Amino acid sequence: MAGYILRRLLQAIPVFFGTTFLIYFMVFAMPGDPILALFGDKTPSPALVAQLRAQYHLDQPFIVQYLIYIGGIFQGNFGISYSGQPVGDILLRTFPVTLRLAVIALFFETVFGIVVGLISGLRKGKLFDASSLVVSLILISLPIFVIAFVGQYVFGVQLGWARTTVGTGAPVQDLILPALVLASISFAQIVRLTRSSVIETSGLDFVRTAYSKGLSRNRIVPVHILRNSLIPVVTYLATDFGVLLVGATVTEGIFNVPGVGNTLYQAIIRSEGPTVVSFVTVMVLLYLIVNLIVDLLYGLLDPRIRYVK
Amino acid sequence: MSNDLFEHPVTASEPGASHFVAPLEETPLVAIDVVNVADKPSNLWIDAWRDARRRPTFWVSGALIILVVVVALFPWLFTSVLPNNDCQLLNSNGGPTAGHPLGFTKQGCDVYSRIINGTSTSLSVGIIVIVLTTVLGLVFGAFAGFYGGVVDAVLSRIGDIFFSIPYILAAVVIMSVLVNYRSVWTISLAIGLFAWPATARVLRAEILRVKNADFVMASEALGVSSLRILLRHVLPNSIAPVIAITTISLAAAIVAEATLSFLGVGLGSSIMSWGNDINQAQRDLRTNPQTLIYPSLALSITVFAFILMGEVIRDALDPKARALR
Repeated sequence: MAGYILRRLLQAIPVFFGTTFLIYFMVFAMPGDPILALFGDKTPSPALVAQLRAQYHLDQPFIVQYLIYIGGIFQGNFGISYSGQPVGDILLRTFPVTLRLAVIALFFETVFGIVVGLISGLRKGKLFDASSLVVSLILISLPIFVIAFVGQYVFGVQLGWARTTVGTGAPVQDLILPALVLASISFAQIVRLTRSSVIETSGLDFVRTAYSKGLSRNRIVPVHILRNSLIPVVTYLATDFGVLLVGATVTEGIFNVPGVGNTLYQAIIRSEGPTVVSFVTVMVLLYLIVNLIVDLLYGLLDPRIRYVK
Repeated sequence: MSNDLFEHPVTASEPGASHFVAPLEETPLVAIDVVNVADKPSNLWIDAWRDARRRPTFWVSGALIILVVVVALFPWLFTSVLPNNDCQLLNSNGGPTAGHPLGFTKQGCDVYSRIINGTSTSLSVGIIVIVLTTVLGLVFGAFAGFYGGVVDAVLSRIGDIFFSIPYILAAVVIMSVLVNYRSVWTISLAIGLFAWPATARVLRAEILRVKNADFVMASEALGVSSLRILLRHVLPNSIAPVIAITTISLAAAIVAEATLSFLGVGLGSSIMSWGNDINQAQRDLRTNPQTLIYPSLALSITVFAFILMGEVIRDALDPKARALR
């Protein structure tokens, strides 16, 4: 186990430097003045340009700039936003909201996804299965902003069941609609994964043995079939975090949820380049850390993983 | 070892034999083991075609894809209204009228005509992105899987780095920098540059499986060069899963372009694109929802068609998946 953790941590190092270098390279090694390019058509104030130049050490060679930047990240210094606030402070304020939204979304997608997938798998080829397959395919085909607008229009404007934008402090009841939108795509994926996994497990020998031992269906389904079908679903949830981050950017923007995604969304639509770069970097680092933690947990749960190179 | 097998051939049961052996014709083995030489030779692709053409989903998605391609290539067959020249503020947010079945946008442009003329943008981005991801994915996946060792370690780590940045976020950064160069080509480049590791991973896994096959060993024994083995024997036998994932990538690329345009970092506003139209229409959601619904519908139907086709291809090419239906 210790060997596995060490190997996994060592593998994470080049990826950490690679991703940050890549983002930095894309922005600051382009021809022309990167600071002016980041503002597009707008002309920033000379004071801001000077501040950004100093912050990114643009007088130094490229590789030195990058190393200074990385050193800053290790000290918790993620840069300064367009309005002059440290990105780290904004992150501390907005992250709890995004976390709350993500937890509600994860709850919806796993609970409903596994239940629907299990019923579909157990009734393969029946009406419920066919309709859940069609619905999941449609959900996968709908871009998240389309789902968000339809949800906002139907439940917010037409039916009046939910508020179209989230109120101050982001209370949980306001977050339910955005969370359902955020959960919809992964819900469809979880339904399909659970379904095919349940069908595969149901055909295995130990399930037949359980039936021939005379165990009741009420025991076989949860204990023998479901538990053994959930491994691919757990794996999917790890990679799902990236989908959640991108989805949160769009969903939080549309519903005006005061989270990390919305900060990025606002920075993008106001073309505040430096803030965009800082927040994308932060999101990628979050994504890397979550994946690392999930991988380590996964090695703990499933011994087979530890021995695979 | 006993020689019973040779002394008593197991072709039929004889009186006095120590145990009964059923004649071959009566065993279930006949169904799977006996090849009728008169039949036409079959392979994975012929089997896949036979499997796919029996399914209604194949014909539905195929028809939708053909429709999308025809609309993209010949938009004038479907509308004679020019998407930009006829805009009159008099018609702003107007409902359907004769010749303008879906009404007007806020700028008074014909919604139907804009949707028809935006089709080629989405399709071009999709095609350029899959060409990019397939070329990069083939090179990285094939060499990493086939040569292994240091080559694999280096190429796979490079893939990991690109895979660790969600491609829409990466494209947001690239398009923020390329603010003055926003076109179908740059947006496709921005998406494709970070979307290829998925293809490379699928191909690498498949090549690892195929490269231990007997026919590879036979080629080695015959002295075929390793590059030739890779190109002529291993790659053609590992390409099937790549084709399925490519069709689904095309749909994902179309969604990515629309998302970026929706966020305002996609194509310039002069380029006709469903994402741009949805971006423009979002402020009028309460008063004039159809300007938002119709381009969203066109986008969703196109994406649906390619995802459905991708699933049909994946299932048809994977004999194991047939059991799950």
